[in-house]
Amino acid sequence: METISLYTLQTYWWLLVSIIGALFVFMTFVQGGQTLLYTLGKTEDERDLVINSLGRKWELTFTSLVMFGGALFAAFPLFYAVSFGGAYYVWMAILFCFIIQAVSYEYRKKPNNLFGERFYEIMLFINGSLGIFLIGTALGTLYTGGNFIVNDLHLSHWATSAYGLEALLVPFNVAFGLMLVFLSRIQGSLYLYNNIDHPDIEKRALHSLKTNTLFFLPLFLYVAGSMLLQTGYSYDPQTKVVTPESMKLLHNLMAYPLLAAALLGGVGSLLYGIYIALFKHNKKAIWYSGLGTVLAVTVLLFILGINHTVYYSSLADLQSSLTIENSSGSHYTLFAMSIVSLLVPVVLGYIFAIWRSMDKTKLTITEVKSDSHHY
Amino acid sequence: MENTDLLVDWSRAQFALTALYHWLFVPLTLGLTFIVAIMETIYVKTGDIWWKKTTQFWMTLLAINFAIGLATGIIMEFEFGTNWSNYSWIVGDIFGAPLAIEGLMAFFMESTFFAVMFFGWDKVSKKMHLLSTWLVAIGSNLSALWILVANGWMQHPVGMQFNPDTARNEMVNFWDVFFNPSAVSKFLHTVTSGYVLASLFVIGISAWYLLKKREMRFAKRSMIVAASFGLITSFFLLTTGDESAFEVAQNQPMKLAAMEGLYKGKTRAGIVAIGLLDQEKSVGDTKEPFTFKLEIPNALSFLGYHSLQAFVPGIEDLVFGNKKHGIMSVKEKMKEGKIAVNALASYKQYQKEENSQKAKEALSTFRKHERYLGYGYLKSPLDAVPNVALTFYSFHVMVGLGTWFLLLFILVLYFAMINEIEKRRWVLYAALWTIPLAYVAQEAGWIVAEAGRQPWAIQDLLPVGMAASNVASTSVQITFWLFAVLFTGLLIAEIKIMLTQIKNGPEEH
Ligand code: HDD
Ligand code: HEM
Ligand code: HEM
Repeated sequence: METISLYTLQTYWWLLVSIIGALFVFMTFVQGGQTLLYTLGKTEDERDLVINSLGRKWELTFTSLVMFGGALFAAFPLFYAVSFGGAYYVWMAILFCFIIQAVSYEYRKKPNNLFGERFYEIMLFINGSLGIFLIGTALGTLYTGGNFIVNDLHLSHWATSAYGLEALLVPFNVAFGLMLVFLSRIQGSLYLYNNIDHPDIEKRALHSLKTNTLFFLPLFLYVAGSMLLQTGYSYDPQTKVVTPESMKLLHNLMAYPLLAAALLGGVGSLLYGIYIALFKHNKKAIWYSGLGTVLAVTVLLFILGINHTVYYSSLADLQSSLTIENSSGSHYTLFAMSIVSLLVPVVLGYIFAIWRSMDKTKLTITEVKSDSHHY
Repeated sequence: MENTDLLVDWSRAQFALTALYHWLFVPLTLGLTFIVAIMETIYVKTGDIWWKKTTQFWMTLLAINFAIGLATGIIMEFEFGTNWSNYSWIVGDIFGAPLAIEGLMAFFMESTFFAVMFFGWDKVSKKMHLLSTWLVAIGSNLSALWILVANGWMQHPVGMQFNPDTARNEMVNFWDVFFNPSAVSKFLHTVTSGYVLASLFVIGISAWYLLKKREMRFAKRSMIVAASFGLITSFFLLTTGDESAFEVAQNQPMKLAAMEGLYKGKTRAGIVAIGLLDQEKSVGDTKEPFTFKLEIPNALSFLGYHSLQAFVPGIEDLVFGNKKHGIMSVKEKMKEGKIAVNALASYKQYQKEENSQKAKEALSTFRKHERYLGYGYLKSPLDAVPNVALTFYSFHVMVGLGTWFLLLFILVLYFAMINEIEKRRWVLYAALWTIPLAYVAQEAGWIVAEAGRQPWAIQDLLPVGMAASNVASTSVQITFWLFAVLFTGLLIAEIKIMLTQIKNGPEEH
């Protein structure tokens, strides 16, 4: 195990974290779908159909979020400590948005559910809108920085008493959050378009795909543009001193043409998915948009960590900034965890196989009604 | 920084609140998944559609419980970061790994096959469906495994070394962490407690149907499955409970002393079967700790050390030291700990000044005293004593109830076998009222484990005061109350939904 350098392991884990983060972003089609409940479902039966279609996937999205947290904890514990313990309000607000989701599917239709059906639908809406927006804002701070200070013993504290809420004042973060909301609604429309057999809902899904794409595109251009062109931070591999570098992320992309190609390919695939849905009524569109999202988000996260880049800069004390080198677990742990990570393809494999066999036939209102268990 | 005691208290309160809530739902999941898997196996083997209905009824209750288990679980994982961020850094290198493995190995398995279990009846083959149900059961128990490996490590840290450069503990042996005896006994005892709770749950609800003279066949069948499962697992629960106490005695003698209200150590120590602590008693005074007690002689020596003669140190021996038995006082440990804390600080300072000779000396001083590092952060020797009354009563409630459950299983199984169960209404009433008691025993068990470990977040290495995040205590207060309100609301909703499903009965399915 000594033959693999610590730096290689750190890079590998940063890649894994990026992939899990990207998979999560793709899986937020569930949240996007939740916000479209009343847009797509005009009658109670139609809404039940939408909920039941999403309801067979929501746990996987939820689990991806848990996994994203778990992987960060194991591989980059200093990030876990600094960000969660510092941007306290933001993360807590995100958690609240997910707590209320977990019960809503199961409880919404059950008789005697204390708060009534509408309450749980509102909870699903909050989870899909505010929850995703806040996650986007939090991800945005990876590009804009946080107000933390890390001392000699690696213990950290936050320098503002807003504990992370100040991130909402940064236009980039807000745009990032909104962009994710619209992206999740695009994916949600495409997922439901694929998964449901109901002509009216399908028509409405395409309509909502169109409007959400119109909102998404300018936000995406703004976010991607500022991300690549803004001044980033790099560190000296020897002295570890952090210094600003203009257009740092663009430099990273140019240094690794393969990543630049993957990013372009990802964006292309996303747009192609939207295109074939809108203009060719191709139901497989979600696979293209999904693959595209995963590729693009993976690259955008990954380039933050490589090439001696600071992935979480500190606005309060530049030298406290986090890099994959100064925030990771030990060589031993990263190596042991790398062995465990060989399970990832197995897990993805069975999820995919089960998903295929469950979705062989498209969901209909009749099926939802006759199923022994339904939401 | 502001008053850290207040912050730490609120952080503890918040963690305790969320953990206790999470634990209201987890044990039922752990056990009921197995019970429905057994029922479905009977269905697949016999082809009797009746068993399918029975399975589906209990599955619905499982789903209602599962959802809120997830809702309360997600918060716990992130709370290590939000509320115990120093902890997350200092031990994250060891602690984070089981949590991540839990997600990868267990949670995905649960959530994937959960969908098949509920929505796959007509979509996959019977065998595939049965397999999925078993995989959900195995998945939920695997998630317990990994989280308990993490918790066992906090009670008895092994397989790691302190790295002064990063100022944290780093893993040096994964297998030591995994096969940590504290983790093994903890896992076995805890999952078994889930099986026992789920059995009591099924029996209690079945008893209610019998009392109402409804669903007789369904109720009796469910009862027999659950009582058999419960009886077998109860024996295992007692055995593993005994093993847990043995582990506590080896690694956390202070917890053991608190569990028994033992102030002065003795050989041939007994177990207090029933006792009332004197509230006036404080460590070091001459008062008798108990105003009343009934003791089983020698039992504690046996429980803790598997020998009737063994010396069991009391709280006072542990605080003030006991030369005869080679026990160091907390004061001495604090002195050692302070040396370690200071040596670490000088090491850091010399490194900065690039004085490698001095740094090396400081490091070797640190290594000599690092065993007691955590004590260096304590303010007074009495800080090392947990809340005795809380630990004592919780322990006794748990053990007392465990004995009662065993008896109940025997009664129910006996009367069900001779087909007289519906005539013995007192047994049915007892079974019904035992459902809440099962939850009481569960929560009490965790209070023993976690409150008895105070002041340590990591036994002897990291006191809770050092482990907390540096946030304002008002922020934690705010979130504490939000959690309290939200979880209580959800709990009430859950109970109402469950009761309605039970009233509607299995024929609805
Ligand atoms: C139905 C619930 C239940 C019942 C009847 C029992 N237990 Fe238990 N016990 C638990 C449920 C539980 C638990 C909730 O699962 C705990 C909390 C932490 C843990 O490891 O398991 C626990 C902890 C726990 C601990 C503390 C472990 C630690 O601090 O790490 C000890 C010493 C025992 N148990 C011993 C017993 C004994 C001797 C019992 C004899 C009847 C017993 N338990 C019955
Ligand atoms: C403080 C420690 C704990 C943390 C961080 C934690 C974390 C979590 C999380 C994040 C979930 C949701 C999983 C998902 O997305 O599917 C969950 C559910 C679950 N946890 Fe915990 N948990 C803790 C304590 C425990 C303990 C002690 C056990 C068992 C002994 C346990 C067993 C389970 C099980 C079986 C589930 C499945 C859902 C359910 O029970 O309803 N957890 N936990
Ligand atoms: C789900 C079952 C659990 C319950 C009911 C439970 C209960 C508690 C309680 C009552 C406290 C507060 C103790 C006090 O302040 O006196 C506490 C603290 C804590 N527990 Fe647990 N616990 C559970 C599982 C776990 C697990 C599995 C872990 C670790 C993996 C864990 C880690 C902690 C930590 C870090 C604290 C805060 C620091 C402290 O006060 O010691 N708990 N828990």
